[in-house]
Amino acid sequence: MPTERLFSTANRWFRLSVGITAALVILTALGGFILLPYAQSDLKVAGLWDAICSAAGIPKLTSSASSVQPTFKTSDVIMTSAMLANPSSESIGRGATLAQQCAICHGPTGVSRADSPNLAGQYPAVIFKQLKDFKSGARTNAVMSPFAPHLTDQDMVDLAVYYHYLPRLPAYHPTQKIPAPRIVINGAPMRGIAPCGSCHGGLDNKTGSPWLEGQSAAYMKAQLRAFADGARRNDISQQMRNIARAMTAEEIEEAANYYASQPPDEYSAAR
Amino acid sequence: MLNSRRLILAHFWLAFAVFGVALVLGAWQMFIRSPLHTWISDPEWYYRSLTAHGTVMGYVFPTLIAMGFGYAISESSLKQPLIGRRWAWAGFGLILVGAVTAMVPVSLGRASVLYTFYPPLIGSAFYYIGVVLVVVGSWIWVALMSINLRIWKGNNPDTPVPLAMFANVAGAYLWAWTAVGAALELLFQILPVALGLKSTIDAGLARVFFSWTLHAIVYFWLMPTYIAYYTIVPRAIGGKLYSDTMGRIAFVLFLVVAMPIGIHHAFADPQVGAGFKFIHSAFTAMVALPTLLTVFTICASVEIAGRLRGGRGPLGWIAALPWNNPIMLATAFSFVLLGFGGAGGLINMSYQLDTTIHNTQWITGHFHLIFGGAIVIMYFAIAYDLWPHLTGRTFDSFRLMRLQLWLWFVGMIITTFPWHYVGILGMPRRMAYFDYTDPALASEAMSVTMSALGGFILLISGALFILILIRGQRSPAMEAEEYRFSMAVHPPASVPVALNSYGLWLALMIGLTVTNYGFPIAQLALRQGTSVPAVYIGAQ
Repeated sequence: MPTERLFSTANRWFRLSVGITAALVILTALGGFILLPYAQSDLKVAGLWDAICSAAGIPKLTSSASSVQPTFKTSDVIMTSAMLANPSSESIGRGATLAQQCAICHGPTGVSRADSPNLAGQYPAVIFKQLKDFKSGARTNAVMSPFAPHLTDQDMVDLAVYYHYLPRLPAYHPTQKIPAPRIVINGAPMRGIAPCGSCHGGLDNKTGSPWLEGQSAAYMKAQLRAFADGARRNDISQQMRNIARAMTAEEIEEAANYYASQPPDEYSAAR
Repeated sequence: MLNSRRLILAHFWLAFAVFGVALVLGAWQMFIRSPLHTWISDPEWYYRSLTAHGTVMGYVFPTLIAMGFGYAISESSLKQPLIGRRWAWAGFGLILVGAVTAMVPVSLGRASVLYTFYPPLIGSAFYYIGVVLVVVGSWIWVALMSINLRIWKGNNPDTPVPLAMFANVAGAYLWAWTAVGAALELLFQILPVALGLKSTIDAGLARVFFSWTLHAIVYFWLMPTYIAYYTIVPRAIGGKLYSDTMGRIAFVLFLVVAMPIGIHHAFADPQVGAGFKFIHSAFTAMVALPTLLTVFTICASVEIAGRLRGGRGPLGWIAALPWNNPIMLATAFSFVLLGFGGAGGLINMSYQLDTTIHNTQWITGHFHLIFGGAIVIMYFAIAYDLWPHLTGRTFDSFRLMRLQLWLWFVGMIITTFPWHYVGILGMPRRMAYFDYTDPALASEAMSVTMSALGGFILLISGALFILILIRGQRSPAMEAEEYRFSMAVHPPASVPVALNSYGLWLALMIGLTVTNYGFPIAQLALRQGTSVPAVYIGAQ
């Protein structure tokens, strides 16, 4: 074989391949970064550099006007699955003391007789987020809102881990167990509704979603309706508002009655 | 000269065994989400099965085929015993251990994230570690192919590298570089989260890294098929390869343009700028070039065979071809499926046209047509061609092989054509459950049913294929002649150094990676506040 140098401008293959590749890169870059931004009539570019930055995907404020602010308080809690994992026993103990003021509604064992949520064994991140939202005003409730302003972040952590520590007890008012309705196991894909069970247990659990078995049907219906009409809006990325708005009144009824009839001890978090 | 028969057979057998299992899962998935079956009420089982199907079919099966075929090519084309056979066994062992490590958490439902990972979904760390082991095992193969070629070149400084080995090592280098994207995503992004060291992940950056791997991996899957086109088909049908040079050019072109085009998988992703999407779209069009070169060269080679067999006139040579030869049949089927798949691909790579079918079942239909159709049917052909040389036993029934190939061809068309159609109707992909009683979906029920029936035909064909291999293994022993590859009409006496080495093309491949991926990756990696909380499978 002839000993020709490959990486040399004397080599025809080198010249051609590098030349064609470079030409392609330059041509496509001109097309993508200059021609296309100018060709789009709805994209207003302030000049060549602006066009290039826009096509390169550098975020910019497209308007000098300030962004629209919501007329209500939005939740500022960021949920992660590592939240409140491995609590200390001191924290649980402090939570038990603090929880005395909650017992009148949520029950001394965390199981309510007043159509308030049962908190015994609930995920700590769920309780913590709701307390934070009550304090910030992202969620409002005539009974809960006055309690929250006095709680520090540590108080909320303590309460959350204490209630999580309590054993899940059968609900006070369980009805006969009823079969799972379609909305719980299938959802309604054509209306963009995921199955309730894919976040709230049964099929899967998602961070930030409470388990619902044995909760008061009246409470769950009230919350779904509040999500649907926008009275409650502290859900992450509007997940529950979008779902509740698309649910029919019968589906709300079925889902709430179904979950209320399920004993929590049958629920298994880790499958 | 096939000395490492046991090694090669082990690769092929493991490949086809896992392929058989994944095929059953695939058929089951098509069945349970079709109107033929009442909904199983738990989508998790569907995604669990889908993850296993994709992981096996995407990573384990084709990698093993490329490796086994690669070792066979190295020995028989270079006529030199495989150097580093122990390392090759170690690579095989890593793939076996990796596949098991990945599949255990998938079977337990702890890693139903699909084979494309989809962060912020995070499954069990063992799943990702298993996939990493599979990739590391394949990198041993890459190194061995490179070393074997280097040593051969040292001993044969004046002989051009045989086309089969030239293409094989091009495929190995392509895989080595293309796997880097997913490796970066796994090692630096997903595994720290899966191991609990972090709880947030930059999903946008992860998708860009994965796109680096996701498109070129198709060309890695395609390499054995293209090598078979060039170096097995002309010989098997009694012809000659029309042009050795054309083959070399096609393979180096794949090396250069297969990789810096992956962002066309992310056309709907907001984190990548439109300019880069356009560049990737334009470069995707370039991969048509090596494919068209190949179609031309192989058609010309087949015509030579037809004319040598007495075919006359502009089309008379087609009738004269050895249609009862399974390799001929497989090649024709592969070309037809590649034609349809390629035509669909033109829609996918167009920035605007893609919006009509993005994330629909069209895409699923497309990649099954290309991979399951055009590519895998040639894997069958490779196995049929190599088997007697590996086992030292003869095949007794070409009729059964033809039936198997026909079933696969027909089954793949019945599966994927309706799949494309429902995609145009807007049926989304990656969905477990469809309510066909809804008037809006009722019109899709017939197509989905047809598609599921096609899946069963494929399952029968797959079972038949394994049966043929088993029969081949148990048939009477024979003295196999030396395994050889196609001769070119003009065998290469002297080849330009550019077409006998890889330096230039690897430099262009890496250069294009920098121009086409450098900025999007750097921008996303440096920007703060782009991470989102991980969503762990089955965790609260």
